[in-house]
Amino acid sequence: MPLTSVPHPGDLAHDEPRPYLWTMNFGPQHPATHTTLRLVLKLDGERVVDAMPDIGFLHSGFEKLGEHLDYNQYVTVTDRMNYVSPMANNVAWHLAVEKLLGIETPPRCQSIRVIVAELARISDHLLCLGAMGLDTGALTHFIYAFNPREQISDIFEALCGARFTNSYTRVGGLMRDASPKAIEMIRDFLKQLPKTLSDLERLMNRNRIFVDRMKGVGVLSKAEAINRGCSGPIARASGVARDLRKDEPYLNYRDFDFNVCCAEGGDCYARYLVRLAEIRESLKIIHQAVENLPAGPVHVAGTGRGQSHFRGVDDDRQNNAVGAAKIGTVPRVILPDKQAVASTIEGLISHFELLMANRGFQTPCEEIYCATEAPNGELGFYIVGDGTSRAYRARCRGPSFVHFALFPHLIRGHTIGDVVAVLGSLNIIAAELDR
Amino acid sequence: MAVTNVTGRGEAGPATIVELPEGVAVTKLDELVSWCRKNSLWPMPFATACCGIELMATGASRHDLARFGAEVFRFSPRQCDLMIVAGRVVMKMLPVLQRIWQQMPEPKWCISMGACASTGGVFDTYSVVQGIDRFLPVDVYAPGCPPRPEQLIQSIIDLQEKIQREDTIFCREFDAPSRQQPPRALRKEGREERGEGRGARG
Amino acid sequence: MTGSHIIQQLQAAVPNLTASEFRGQTRVVVPVESIFDVLKTLKEKFAFDLLVDITCVDYLYYPDAENRFGLVYLLADAETGRRITVRCFVNDPEPTVPSVVGLWEGANWLEREVWDMFGVRFDGHPDLRRILLPEEFTAHPLRKDYPLQGRGERHNFPVITRAEG
Repeated sequence: MPLTSVPHPGDLAHDEPRPYLWTMNFGPQHPATHTTLRLVLKLDGERVVDAMPDIGFLHSGFEKLGEHLDYNQYVTVTDRMNYVSPMANNVAWHLAVEKLLGIETPPRCQSIRVIVAELARISDHLLCLGAMGLDTGALTHFIYAFNPREQISDIFEALCGARFTNSYTRVGGLMRDASPKAIEMIRDFLKQLPKTLSDLERLMNRNRIFVDRMKGVGVLSKAEAINRGCSGPIARASGVARDLRKDEPYLNYRDFDFNVCCAEGGDCYARYLVRLAEIRESLKIIHQAVENLPAGPVHVAGTGRGQSHFRGVDDDRQNNAVGAAKIGTVPRVILPDKQAVASTIEGLISHFELLMANRGFQTPCEEIYCATEAPNGELGFYIVGDGTSRAYRARCRGPSFVHFALFPHLIRGHTIGDVVAVLGSLNIIAAELDR
Repeated sequence: MAVTNVTGRGEAGPATIVELPEGVAVTKLDELVSWCRKNSLWPMPFATACCGIELMATGASRHDLARFGAEVFRFSPRQCDLMIVAGRVVMKMLPVLQRIWQQMPEPKWCISMGACASTGGVFDTYSVVQGIDRFLPVDVYAPGCPPRPEQLIQSIIDLQEKIQREDTIFCREFDAPSRQQPPRALRKEGREERGEGRGARG
Repeated sequence: MTGSHIIQQLQAAVPNLTASEFRGQTRVVVPVESIFDVLKTLKEKFAFDLLVDITCVDYLYYPDAENRFGLVYLLADAETGRRITVRCFVNDPEPTVPSVVGLWEGANWLEREVWDMFGVRFDGHPDLRRILLPEEFTAHPLRKDYPLQGRGERHNFPVITRAEG
């Protein structure tokens, strides 16, 4: 339980010396840090007076790598950023690239991207909720939450062949269209998940131990949430009604009916409830998207899936079907079919035009910031294009980085047992934190 | 059941046939100990990145590592005998990794899970260690980025075979000079070749 | 209040401020001397209360670039979702900009990251240390003259063998 009269640690240096304070190292290898976070805690008995996060234990140079890989190659690296929901990162990265190029993807592609992004949100939230249970001593909760995650992995495997690091999106399209089998699996999943969710709710929502450890712990006020740049479920649990899917709808989110889940408390329990509620909203979105999945191509028109970007009959038909940009206004970004590459000279030429080291598509010499509502908050990419098919600068604004900076503020005055509860509720993903 | 009695220092004495009673088997003590060790591995999950999530999946409901006697994940290195390094290890993390390895009691083994831990994977960048085996002994490499849970289970089975095959109670296998300095072609020229060499593409 | 509205008012206050628009994004470039005042005005007068990101771009090899480093401040309004991008340029040696930690608490780590990666100093920052890389690291890796594979720092560790383990 929080204690009220805790001196601000900033005063410590000027205060009388306090020899009874002792310092404890927490992490970087600790079960509750999930991956590689390190905290240096300053303790007064069992009470945390101050916490100093030390990060960088997983800094792998993502942004430097982004300057050396082209726009399609880099999607594999975005998989490994927030590795709990790789699909959301794929979508965010390619949305940013498409915004730089000025491409609008066809409706079917947008719907499929919405579906996979929401599935990713569900799997991220499930892991977070499970881990919150695990950290507070409820292993069953974790096992319950992991089962649907395996189902989502199976769906992703049916979609793109990889269960975990998906790399599903491409500039102007997808790796491949969703098969009817995958759609069927998603439908099954939609039927089964509500049961698991109610299991989770009945297990934990009124569990005395869990609620006592979560309620009133790590309180973040609305003003502080804004001042410290919070986003996503953490900001919404503090009452900031900000959801990029509603505020600046990307893809075709404006076609779907869903609610933005907010809470007032701003404590760990509120964050838990917001995440749980968001899973249900995501289910609603996926349900609408699957039932109204548009037909048509998944790739940007006029850019050469098969031979269609060459002057021919196909051109007009595809353009009309999509209603997107006309030939010539959109650069050629999508690789032609393997069939066309193997059997036609035009296909072969356009294949090499895109793949050769000194070719590829052109980008404007401009800078763009494009943000999406990732499971953890606002995930944005700031891309500087320099005319080539590689980014000059690929900045990733990961929500975990901003949220982990909150931690000392949230933990001051609580006991050491609350450290894991707060960490779990923030859902810090180390690779997104350190990049 | 009958066994041939071998006496002294490996010199075969006069062969005598001993009749063993029902339900008794005779084996080398080394093999018995290895058999016990291999079926009660206590892994220490050194999970840093994506592979850590697959490691969790391996331990969780569907794949259930308990079937192979290796589900007792302990987060204290002093209680463990198998370190599973799951995920990339970067400059700041490597000293931590080495320290944790040194804190583990003998006998101990190490699985390098995934491309990043084994070779650096896609991260050929300034901060990622290009394979933990440059700085640590590794017993089994699990390929994949990340490896599927089945793959991880397979590498634990492989490690069990290895434990059964070569480990002894007095750790005599470490006496061989070859085990003390495992051959590693890249270690010497690593710095010159990869430091400045290829630099920036494009 | 629309983007052009804000720019007009800003231009009245800050003389040499250039504004542009690209794919619906409002961007202003201000001289480094007035960056703090502009951000303060945007926060207090125009309700851009959310600091989304601070980042930097090294324009060393950029076609037709005049300045070395470009600081980028991404602001948003938490109520309405409006966004604005503010940029300013600094140069070698000793690239320095004023810190905005006084305006937004959240700027603390973001500025530390820019210092770590680019070596741009922030005047008035309470605790400007490296954040992602080890303290003993000497380079600033996201500068364009630093190679992707580094300068051998990643190979510089002791080797532990079986026997000593």
